[in-house]
Amino acid sequence: MPKEIIRKFEVPYLQVLDEEGRCDEGLMPDLTGEEIKELYEFMVLVRTFDEKAVKLQRMGRIGTYAPVLGQEASQIGSAYAMEDEDWMFPSYRENGSYIVRGVPMAMVLRYWAGDERGCQMPEGMNNFTVAIPVGTQVLHAVGAAWAFKMRKEKRVAMVYFGDGATSKGDFHEGMNFAGVFQIPVVFLCQNNQWAISVPITRQTAAETLAQKAIAYGFEGVRVDGNDVFAVYKSTLDALEKARAGGGPTFIECLTYRMGDHTTADDASRYRSQEEVEAWRVKDPIERLRKYMEGKGLWSKDYGAKVQEEAEERVRKAVEEMEATPEPEVEDIFRYTFEEMPQNLEEELQELREALTEGRK
Amino acid sequence: MTKINIVQAVNMALREEMARDKSVVVLGEDVGRNGGVFRATEGLLQEFGEERVIDTPLAESGIVGISIGMAVCGMRPVAEIQFDGFLYPALDQIISHAGRIRTRSRGRYRVPLVVRAPCSGGIHAPEHHSESPEAYFAHTPGVKVVMPSTPYDTKGLLAAAIRDPDPVIFLEPKKIYRAFKEEVPEGDYTIPLGEAKVVREGSALSIITWGAMVPLCKTVAEEAKGKGIDAEVIDLRTLSPLDTKSIKASVEKTGRAVIVQEAPRSCGLGAEVAALIGEKSLLYLKAPIERVAGFDTPFPLYRLEKYYLPDAARVMRAVDRVMRY
Ligand SMILES: Cc1ncc(C[n+]2csc(CCOP(=O)(O)OP(=O)(O)O)c2C)c(N)n1
Ligand SMILES: [Mg+2]
Repeated sequence: MPKEIIRKFEVPYLQVLDEEGRCDEGLMPDLTGEEIKELYEFMVLVRTFDEKAVKLQRMGRIGTYAPVLGQEASQIGSAYAMEDEDWMFPSYRENGSYIVRGVPMAMVLRYWAGDERGCQMPEGMNNFTVAIPVGTQVLHAVGAAWAFKMRKEKRVAMVYFGDGATSKGDFHEGMNFAGVFQIPVVFLCQNNQWAISVPITRQTAAETLAQKAIAYGFEGVRVDGNDVFAVYKSTLDALEKARAGGGPTFIECLTYRMGDHTTADDASRYRSQEEVEAWRVKDPIERLRKYMEGKGLWSKDYGAKVQEEAEERVRKAVEEMEATPEPEVEDIFRYTFEEMPQNLEEELQELREALTEGRK
Repeated sequence: MTKINIVQAVNMALREEMARDKSVVVLGEDVGRNGGVFRATEGLLQEFGEERVIDTPLAESGIVGISIGMAVCGMRPVAEIQFDGFLYPALDQIISHAGRIRTRSRGRYRVPLVVRAPCSGGIHAPEHHSESPEAYFAHTPGVKVVMPSTPYDTKGLLAAAIRDPDPVIFLEPKKIYRAFKEEVPEGDYTIPLGEAKVVREGSALSIITWGAMVPLCKTVAEEAKGKGIDAEVIDLRTLSPLDTKSIKASVEKTGRAVIVQEAPRSCGLGAEVAALIGEKSLLYLKAPIERVAGFDTPFPLYRLEKYYLPDAARVMRAVDRVMRY
């Protein structure tokens, strides 16, 4: 009985647009000039929003915030490929994807300013709430997508999570269910190479995260996560496959967290500036800009206009967020159940009395 | 003697216990290079090396389950769970195994494990970073639960927890991590698990509390003094097993009890304390027992946090009620 190799595996990698803004036209997804401009405008908007949010936190106007910086192509390219009726399940970092999916920026800010109304999605919008416990949302997305399948709806659920999340049991369980039941779900992992201070080499001994999908019986791809075209294309393919009954796909967007983990973190404690600088030249916006310039889609005037408009929109969003009246103390109680039980009525009553006593 | 705060006391206890006993290892997310998100493990990696101070993959069930295995086989792991709200993935391991292995094996195997986690609210943190989960653990047979409120107690209790032959959940109230400093001796001392502390003596009522509510209740007791009310304040320190003797002695002396907890009211540890008083000291009571607690709602995001947290006004109302009765 010979010992033989019964399985070998391959991991595809997709890059369409390189660091210099050079594009492989053969791989280029079907995007019009207007659409490319829209992608660029979203990326500038999200970066502007992100920088503002970090500043607002520093000034004490919002609470802890998890920046997108560096991951714009991964978030925007993927969210842009989705249909409105698809459902998105974010972690806590998908501020960019939220914005592309139409969540008002003022709402996103409101959430980070310690107000649950920031998660009260506008009616008809299929974006789930922020999931802070790492990886937990993976399971929800699988369940949602399974519901679509049961109800014969042509929808897909897409779930965002980080490299760190792939260490959680929830990730394994979600991937496994999705494979076993051929669930129309897309797993979108932003491998930004850090989970706070823990590098990717402490999350896995595998060479890629994409290859994990193979063990669950479905397709896994790695893409250049700083290349908006590659992210868009692979997400679109995965979504279409899922919609056509082809089951799940795992997409690893290889990118880099350029900022601190959150505003409560100081990344200089655990990673070198050289490493950060090596990724700065791979900036997702700059490479798209170069490409567009070459195609005559970008000019200095256009660039300035896009930046100005982004700043204006962000300014308005901040204004709107700050003009929101404070939530009411009743809101602590109101949403625990559909009907307020007796014990909560009593607790609320006690709080009201304590407040009217004027001691607070 | 140096004056240090609670985080520094955690750090000092870990350092001294690691130096004292080679089987002590520290593991968790961001505990090594970053020194822990609250810096509780700062400098330990440099001092004790990567084999004993371990940055783990992001998996709480893994961290605790693996620590159980280590503990059974001769190590004394001190696992850090980054925040209270991320203890939950490890509940299965704690409830199904850590607390039962001694019983299941009829004493053949034991689990000298410490799981440390910051707990409770008050720092304007995001969701899941302000939980007070002590009752889940106190309700779990076979695990001890500790929540200190001073630097001195933190060091002594953590050292005792690490040396304890059984699993200990060690909850550190993050709001008071750096709230104040006190003198903490370097070198060996422990505070036995299972002993409450009278932090203020009084004769008129007993305020029974723990964690970040202790400094609050001390303030209220001082305020009450101005009204001619002489309140005793008891810091439980160990939440399981409870120091029933101290609770009984205090309540039988004062005849009145106000229990203050930050955790949601229903089925919280305060309910257990109230039941104990009812069972053991009912006929000494001059007034019904009062509980001041967090509400039976999810902990709100930070704009409403101050309304959720028990404050001096709410505690004082309860004090007034038991005194007026
Ligand atoms: C279950 C759980 N454990 C710990 C944390 C604390 N925490 C928040 S984010 C994070 C790192 C996550 O890394 P990754 O999944 O790579 O996502 P990224 O933050 O890089 O986007 C940790 C440890 C958490 N939120 N949830
Ligand atoms: Mg990451």
